Amino acid sequence: MSESTVKTESHTSLGERLHQRYGYAMTVLRGLVKTDFKMRYQGSFLGVAWSVLKPLMLFVVMYVVFAKFLRMSDGTPTYPVVLLLGISSWQLVTETVGIGLRSIVDRGDLLRKVHFPNYIVVVSASIGSLISLAINYVVVLIFALFSHVHFTWRVLLVPFNVLELYVVSLSLALIFATMYAYFRDISHIWEVLQQIIFYGMPIIYPLSYVVDRGGMYADLAKLELLNPLAQSIQDIRHNLIAPETQPTIWNTFHAWWIKAIPFVITVALLWFGIYIFRRNSRKFAEVM
Amino acid sequence: MSEQNVEKIDVVTGKNYKDQPVVLKADHVEKWFKLPTEQATGLKQAFINWTRGIKGYKEQKVLRDVSFEVHQGEFFGIVGRNGGGKSTLLKIISQIYYPNSGSIEVHGRLVPFIELGVGFNPELTGRENVYLNGALLGFTKDQVDAMYDDIVEFAELEEFMDQKLKNYSSGMQVRLAFSVAIKAQGDILVLDEVLAVGDEAFQRKCDDYFNKVRDDPTKTVILVTHDMGAVKRYCSRAMFIQDGEVAAMGDPETVAESYTLANLEVQRKEEAAHAKELAEGQAYPNGLNARCPILRTYGVSPLLLKSSDTFRFAVEYQYDEPGDFYLAIAMHDIRRGGITYDSGPRVFKMKEHGHRTVYFELPLNLFNNGEFRLITSLRTPTPGNPKMTDAVGVAIDDNSCTFVIRDKRNGNYALLSDRALEFTEISKKEAEEGAALQREARKKEDQAELEHAGDENV
Repeated sequence: MSESTVKTESHTSLGERLHQRYGYAMTVLRGLVKTDFKMRYQGSFLGVAWSVLKPLMLFVVMYVVFAKFLRMSDGTPTYPVVLLLGISSWQLVTETVGIGLRSIVDRGDLLRKVHFPNYIVVVSASIGSLISLAINYVVVLIFALFSHVHFTWRVLLVPFNVLELYVVSLSLALIFATMYAYFRDISHIWEVLQQIIFYGMPIIYPLSYVVDRGGMYADLAKLELLNPLAQSIQDIRHNLIAPETQPTIWNTFHAWWIKAIPFVITVALLWFGIYIFRRNSRKFAEVM
Repeated sequence: MSEQNVEKIDVVTGKNYKDQPVVLKADHVEKWFKLPTEQATGLKQAFINWTRGIKGYKEQKVLRDVSFEVHQGEFFGIVGRNGGGKSTLLKIISQIYYPNSGSIEVHGRLVPFIELGVGFNPELTGRENVYLNGALLGFTKDQVDAMYDDIVEFAELEEFMDQKLKNYSSGMQVRLAFSVAIKAQGDILVLDEVLAVGDEAFQRKCDDYFNKVRDDPTKTVILVTHDMGAVKRYCSRAMFIQDGEVAAMGDPETVAESYTLANLEVQRKEEAAHAKELAEGQAYPNGLNARCPILRTYGVSPLLLKSSDTFRFAVEYQYDEPGDFYLAIAMHDIRRGGITYDSGPRVFKMKEHGHRTVYFELPLNLFNNGEFRLITSLRTPTPGNPKMTDAVGVAIDDNSCTFVIRDKRNGNYALLSDRALEFTEISKKEAEEGAALQREARKKEDQAELEHAGDENV
């Protein structure tokens, strides 16, 4: 349909061109992330301190509600920390997709005035969520130390699990951001979808809670682990603080091809996200 | 004087520009937009359109087949009327929009200045905004460091850089944005309608900068503007975009003239449409009435003329009452004000009543460049005064005729050209003798008049 080509600076070597291209992207990314972070607590008294204080206070509330009042538990003493870890990991998903999906439209004034690779806008939103995630994890670890959790060598695997979680979130953000540029309905659809995914995953309830009921539900519950989000969050819990208590895809299924399903979904989502975003990114400045 | 200098440089750069490498090349660029025919955007509307099998939009062609090349060191002007496609072209040059077909090639770093303040954030300080803006234009922190002082100095905002941008006046914001754009070390600077930035002192500074940059063989500037003065002052080459096509390209004087002419043409069309509207209705246009329902002056020659031309025009009238009547034609000078010439009230006695058209011509050799308007009135003799006439109808507004004189031989300042009038230097003796002769002649005339008056009294 469109046969147009846009060539830039063509008489340099490939290596230099790659550097040039991504060097520029990195410069823009740094600028945007810095601005976003500065803006987040702009005008508040405590400033950056809020980025630690807020999750801390939220955790106290959740801890009291879930562990003391509702007595939601899988019977182990570490459950409250496991719960906090799950919720803060889930926040990475909701924040990345929630902010990322609006980012293209919110930065519309920019995209209409200057040319830069517009995936940067989505990535910068996701980097912001990664920063919050890191801060949240620090707070969770403080809780964890007080609850005497059991650390093992598996902690080394956590970065890979976080990477997977991040890749899935970013892919979803790219897909929804593309759709949002055309249809504003997507933000509402995502909110509903987000609830469905949230309750379809063992985050505020332990998986054993469902499995213990037995029968058909028990078998279906195991399928929840095929969702790459559930799988990576369970892996993070398992590897970081609770190797004994957390069911993961590795100790639930035996066939290798079942274990591979979440990773296939992750790669497929990433491919699809990049594909659909790139195909439409040229038109963003016009359709907004 | 200074004008001639500018012209000389124009000729020089005009000769040389093709030797420089091409930094921007547009090749058969075509662009259309989808204009939604339904207002709502959303899934529901998209679904309804899909089920009904309608597209939900119509195509609006903004650019059709635009090709041009800009060479290094040029100051390239793009002019055109509103909605003519120049802003779209600018966005395609800046790679914000992509052409539907054809291609744009850019060599070097392009710094766009489209609308004001790219990505300025009111909650950040002036300093932070400069760095953010620099990052968006692709400059690393070190690179911005290097040009920071220059930017601040040019914007004259030294003591405000640690204030938040929201506390700046709008003039200050614009100055900062503009300074970032022109002081950023880009290869190609793209400017859209920015010459009216800041107060007079700042404008003078910009003027100096532009004059400097137009002589700099490494910097390329692309300027989009409505201001023909700016095009003539700064540009080494210009292009006129009309209805999505290149209507003229070449030296700025010629392009500016074709732009002026196109505007006159549009104005004429609008006037014609208006006149038609009036003709259909019963109302009379300003200056006309039931006795003289039609009186219109229009050019038969082209409206853009050289001094060697003779302007030929027509006057169309309708007058049905019996008795003598006359046409009087006045030539107004729009640029300088005042009435350049008037035919007098009883010169053109009309022979035929009814709806007629008569033709006139006017030599233009006397005049310098300017815009002139012919205003015609239809007059009847004043009863009891054989020298005077009364106006029945006047052809003003849409019914008057505007024409333009443009000639390289002409000056722009005074009304009369050197060919029409000239001062001659004489000696003191010549001056005094001539004046004495004049005084004597005047005395004789006065005496003769007195005697004549005395004779009558007797």
